[in-house]
Amino acid sequence: MRLADTLRFARDAATGYPLRTALSVLAMAIGVAAVVILTALGDGARRYVVNQFSAIGTNLVSVLPGRSGTGGFNPANAITSTPRDLTIDDAVALRRAPAVSRVAPLAVGTSEISYGGRLREVMVAGSTHEFAAIRNFEIAQGQVLPDEDWNRGSAVAVIGAKIREELFGNNPAVGQVVRVGDRRLRIIGVLKPMGQGLGMNTDELVLVPVALAQAMFNSNTLFRILVEAKNREAIPEAKDQTMEILKQRHRGEEDVTVITQDAVLATFDKLLGTLTLGVAGIAAISLAVAGILVMNVMLVAVTQRTGEIGLLKALGATDRTIRLAFLAEAAMLSAVGALIGYLLGQLGAFGLRQAFPVFPAYPPDWAVIAGLGTALGTGLLFGVMPARRAARLDPVQALMKH
Amino acid sequence: MALIELTGIERTFQLGDATVHALAGLDLQIDNGEYVAVMGPSGSGKSTLLNLLGLLDRPNAGSYRLEGRDVTTLSPDEQARVRSERIGFVFQSFRLVPRLTAAENIALPMTLAGIPAKERNARVAEALAGFGLENRSDHRPDQLSGGQRQRVAIARATIMQPALILADEPTGNLDRHTGEEVVNLLEALNASGVTLVVVTHDQAMGARARRQLVMEDGRLKSDSARGACEAG
Repeated sequence: MRLADTLRFARDAATGYPLRTALSVLAMAIGVAAVVILTALGDGARRYVVNQFSAIGTNLVSVLPGRSGTGGFNPANAITSTPRDLTIDDAVALRRAPAVSRVAPLAVGTSEISYGGRLREVMVAGSTHEFAAIRNFEIAQGQVLPDEDWNRGSAVAVIGAKIREELFGNNPAVGQVVRVGDRRLRIIGVLKPMGQGLGMNTDELVLVPVALAQAMFNSNTLFRILVEAKNREAIPEAKDQTMEILKQRHRGEEDVTVITQDAVLATFDKLLGTLTLGVAGIAAISLAVAGILVMNVMLVAVTQRTGEIGLLKALGATDRTIRLAFLAEAAMLSAVGALIGYLLGQLGAFGLRQAFPVFPAYPPDWAVIAGLGTALGTGLLFGVMPARRAARLDPVQALMKH
Repeated sequence: MALIELTGIERTFQLGDATVHALAGLDLQIDNGEYVAVMGPSGSGKSTLLNLLGLLDRPNAGSYRLEGRDVTTLSPDEQARVRSERIGFVFQSFRLVPRLTAAENIALPMTLAGIPAKERNARVAEALAGFGLENRSDHRPDQLSGGQRQRVAIARATIMQPALILADEPTGNLDRHTGEEVVNLLEALNASGVTLVVVTHDQAMGARARRQLVMEDGRLKSDSARGACEAG
């Protein structure tokens, strides 16, 4: 039998039993749609996180006080039990590193801000002039923190968009004096609204000079030092130099942790990539189930059409012709199911993107290809057994069934 | 020349512990262009003989030569080819494929044989005209009368221009008048040179054949061409 005739024959046979065909196509479609939508979710999460990290600043190296991870026994550790704090002077020293372009110390704490009888709790971040540039913060009104001696700390503040709105409403904020804790600070700038980011919500942040923040919280330690490498290639170098300088300043002890943005990003990327893969695997199980359903449907078809198979044999059909006809029917069921499932999945992903615009829910190409491939593969694989059974039927026995 | 030559054909079935001899030591020769009726009670081996002649079944022993060629030793695919090109079947219950139109049903043997659509269409159109089914070509079997269905089935059986037509109770599901029409049709085909073997219960129809075979217990009880056979 010619290929076109085989396909037409299989199509007519499939459409001859609409309910049965529709159900197996539906099962296959659900399986493929599940793969597409679930991987779109997983990969969307991955992209979302990667984007968030990129927004923080890509060439960033963060210095944390204290050593993370366990090393072997170190005599230096044995003598000094507590790690040294990070200080503003540490941060100043890092500016000398050749691979580093900018440095910003960061001290954080919570306090209260009040203006005109309104009072609210805020997160206060103490830093310097370059902090906004390193973290990619944009200024809506006024200016960023002044470029001054890091140990000085003028009585000024830059506030987040939400705080401005809550305290000042429609009135201008820049130039006004607010009370933060027990200090009176003049507002010199307002940040552009950025929404919820990783780490801190900048819309509800009050930025003050780092020395001022330390004075307010009565401490001389830093929460972080943010170091920006000159470029992407200089990141490892910047990391090494940072470590070296701090080690010297801390009398040879590696009592700080230096994290590159890349490493964090890579970890999240890997983590969420694996998650997507896992989700795809779970969805693929539904594809296997759909494949088994196609097999079931085809086995029923062979039983229902036993008489017809006998007739075809009497009319001169070879075993191969009958096998191909039934295999083509199984392949058709899964192909149509896979196609419908793919469209449904893309529609679902589109719906997700419409509902959550910040969430880039695009199914990854590998998942789409693997999903469609698995659907067709299982359909064919599970179609083989019924097709062989049909071809092996004894013509006399088959003809007796009608 | 003998179209069919059966020598020492045995066909046994195992029914539980008992061995049933559906055909036992059967020798039979049918010449080209003959018109043979096979008669006999149920279980006499008529259908088994027909299946064997149609290469749907294999004998346990003996040889079957079709057009001088031993066909019992052929592979299943070669047998399928012989069925496709040399043998046409007409069944009691017509056996049309319900989802296909009359034209598609007639074309089915050609489709299975891989004949291109263009040639198929030409031959189907000819057949439809020849069997008076021109305006029934797009009808499905359930839209046709019994007589029309059997005419479609006969058109299908002859579309590959076989040498042999095997008809199993071709009028069994038809009333007397349409049955008569169908028999006339088959006889016309025989007159054009096709060998016709009809299995029937109907004495009147059997009597119309030029040669009658009567079977009993898997043996030939009588053969009008040779006079009564001896039992055993």
